[in-house]
Amino acid sequence: MSNTEVQDDAINVDTEKGNFSYPEDYAYDAGVGLSEDTIRYISDVKKEDQWVREFRQRALEIFHKKDMPTNWATKDLENIHFDKIRYYLSKGQQPSRTWDEVPDDVKETFERLGIPEQERKFLAGVEAQFDSEAAYSHMKEELEKEGVIFVGSSEGLEKYPEIFRPYFGKVIPSTDNKFAALNSATFSGGSFIYVPKGVKLKQPLQAYFRINAENFGQFERTLIIADEDSEITYMEGCTAPKFETATLHSAVVELVALKNAKIQYITVQNWSSNVFNLVTKRGMADEGAEVKWIDCNIGSRLTMKYPGVVLKGRGARGEVLSIALANDGQHQDTGAKMIHLADDTTSNIISKSISIGEGRSTYRGQVHMPKHLKNCKNNTECDALLINTHSRTDTYPAITTRGQNNTVQHEASVSKVSAEQIFYMMQRGLSEGEAMSLAVNGFVHELLKAFPMEYSVELKRLIDMEMEGSVG
Amino acid sequence: MNALEIKNLNVSIEGQSILKDFSLTIPKGEVHALMGPNGTGKSTLAKVMAGHEDYQVESGTVTLDGENILGEEPDVIAHAGLFLAFQYPLEIPGVSIANFIRAARAARLPNGETINAVEYYKELYEKMDALKMDRKFTARSLNDGFSGGEKKRCEILQMSMLDPAYCVMDETDSGLDIDALKTVSEGVNLMRGPERGFLVITHYQRLLDYIVPDVVHVMFDGRIVHSGPAELAHELEAKGYDWVKESFATTA
Repeated sequence: MSNTEVQDDAINVDTEKGNFSYPEDYAYDAGVGLSEDTIRYISDVKKEDQWVREFRQRALEIFHKKDMPTNWATKDLENIHFDKIRYYLSKGQQPSRTWDEVPDDVKETFERLGIPEQERKFLAGVEAQFDSEAAYSHMKEELEKEGVIFVGSSEGLEKYPEIFRPYFGKVIPSTDNKFAALNSATFSGGSFIYVPKGVKLKQPLQAYFRINAENFGQFERTLIIADEDSEITYMEGCTAPKFETATLHSAVVELVALKNAKIQYITVQNWSSNVFNLVTKRGMADEGAEVKWIDCNIGSRLTMKYPGVVLKGRGARGEVLSIALANDGQHQDTGAKMIHLADDTTSNIISKSISIGEGRSTYRGQVHMPKHLKNCKNNTECDALLINTHSRTDTYPAITTRGQNNTVQHEASVSKVSAEQIFYMMQRGLSEGEAMSLAVNGFVHELLKAFPMEYSVELKRLIDMEMEGSVG
Repeated sequence: MNALEIKNLNVSIEGQSILKDFSLTIPKGEVHALMGPNGTGKSTLAKVMAGHEDYQVESGTVTLDGENILGEEPDVIAHAGLFLAFQYPLEIPGVSIANFIRAARAARLPNGETINAVEYYKELYEKMDALKMDRKFTARSLNDGFSGGEKKRCEILQMSMLDPAYCVMDETDSGLDIDALKTVSEGVNLMRGPERGFLVITHYQRLLDYIVPDVVHVMFDGRIVHSGPAELAHELEAKGYDWVKESFATTA
């Protein structure tokens, strides 16, 4: 019955949900362009320690040194003009603890996106970021008593350096790639979370990232540490209005799952079609630990994102479940990385991509099992669905397996929604948009079951919106 | 007029003429069978009526109770009351039968109205029982991996759930064994009544032993060449389609 209920909720949606903005009124503005002064301005506003200042400066040097990865990625990256972007905009550094204290325009933004309502219904805590800083941050009291820490990046580094500093920039060093370096130099906002030993969060923590300003770059930084035997589910959502000029979102997300801990990280992004979304996400799983990425990429002009898990301890498990939908003028370049570094480690990758019209989907997967390891397993499935003949899909799997009793399975499929299928469904009374939407929902159906109910409803809505919009 | 009316319909595909001045009237309450050799235009007729875009309509009209449907989108034609049971039903992976029929019903509701899930499932299960379909079928993906017989039963299930004024059944008997043929026919017979018209397209007389038509039409080379009572189907079976060809080829 649950599936049919989901379907009901997916009818009659506001197709322009995220497309609004409020006049700009910021107390802090680092200006346009990126230089050492920009970095210094951010550090000054945040009153950062010397080590953080040096971390940013080093990262900026690395960013300048590294070339754009256009040797393997799309040339569209050359259309990002770093000197025209604004790197820091905020109304103040301290997030409010109640919605009443949040400035009206910001509060209205999040109300229109349904965040306070979701918080009341099913979340253990929420952080709502507006451009560079969180405007609201609140977690249930009982979690605070259990020692759970849920703060922004600046607060985390300032108040709890002994917890966060040892892991900060370790899973994803600044040298990892050009955009990880950019984030390391300019980061602001995001969530720093620590779950103490044995604490299992029953409800998810959520962060919502909102871009309101034009020509803006959002560089949030998230670090989640799940101590031994703890469990956490974290969800993030993102939107931005449709501006004339391109917007840049470049996050770094590091997850650390210590012995037997479990981290589940869920993303539902719905960026407007001019956002460059270049994100680095990686988790480290210790002995017996599990890191699971559930990643939905809808919207944006270009998304490049390959969530990874470093399976460091014996028996660690890693999983990436991803859905990408590329509509006209969009390129979803997504995938997964599984780095097996211990015996008995297992990883699972299921990727589903949908390309519509001129939309383009690319899957890049990397599975690494070095020679000295035993009994490692990987399963990779990537399925692509094409809707109309202009769509394009590419698959680039890179699998290196050596060692004993290590097994890798790779399955890939490409299918099309045919004109005959659409005709068949329309003959039953469905409009062309409804028919395509149903076909797409059918394609991702199995994967959707892995989502918490509230998010699968939201995702179905987003898919329906995209499909409605794609019928000419 | 309360009828499905096709008048002087001329249809071609890639410049080749397929339907030639085809005319047929099916009043509500009647079952008409359309028989004829392969390649004579029976399936083309079904698809054109349902709004398939691959065919070129050169002239003629198709009306449901006086309302034109020719040239309309397939969903508009479906809403107007025409149902086509496909000869080769399409597979829609990941979409369950229950959800699909529900979505098709929801598409017929006025804005703001929703389907009562309890009543919906009650009706769905009753109709599946009548067609001797396992209730577990509701959760299976539409036609995905179904046998030929299962697909045809599923077509009749959809037909009865969507309650159309006019049913066009394209070679529903193909791929059915004798038991399935009986069950499917019973399902269709239950739907017969004064408010509904049927066009049963078939190559063989076998189906018409179970769904007894009011009128049988023989089609050849894009038009109806001969019509008669139910017994005509038996005559045709006995004499074979060569008889049709010999008798009517010269006039074509």
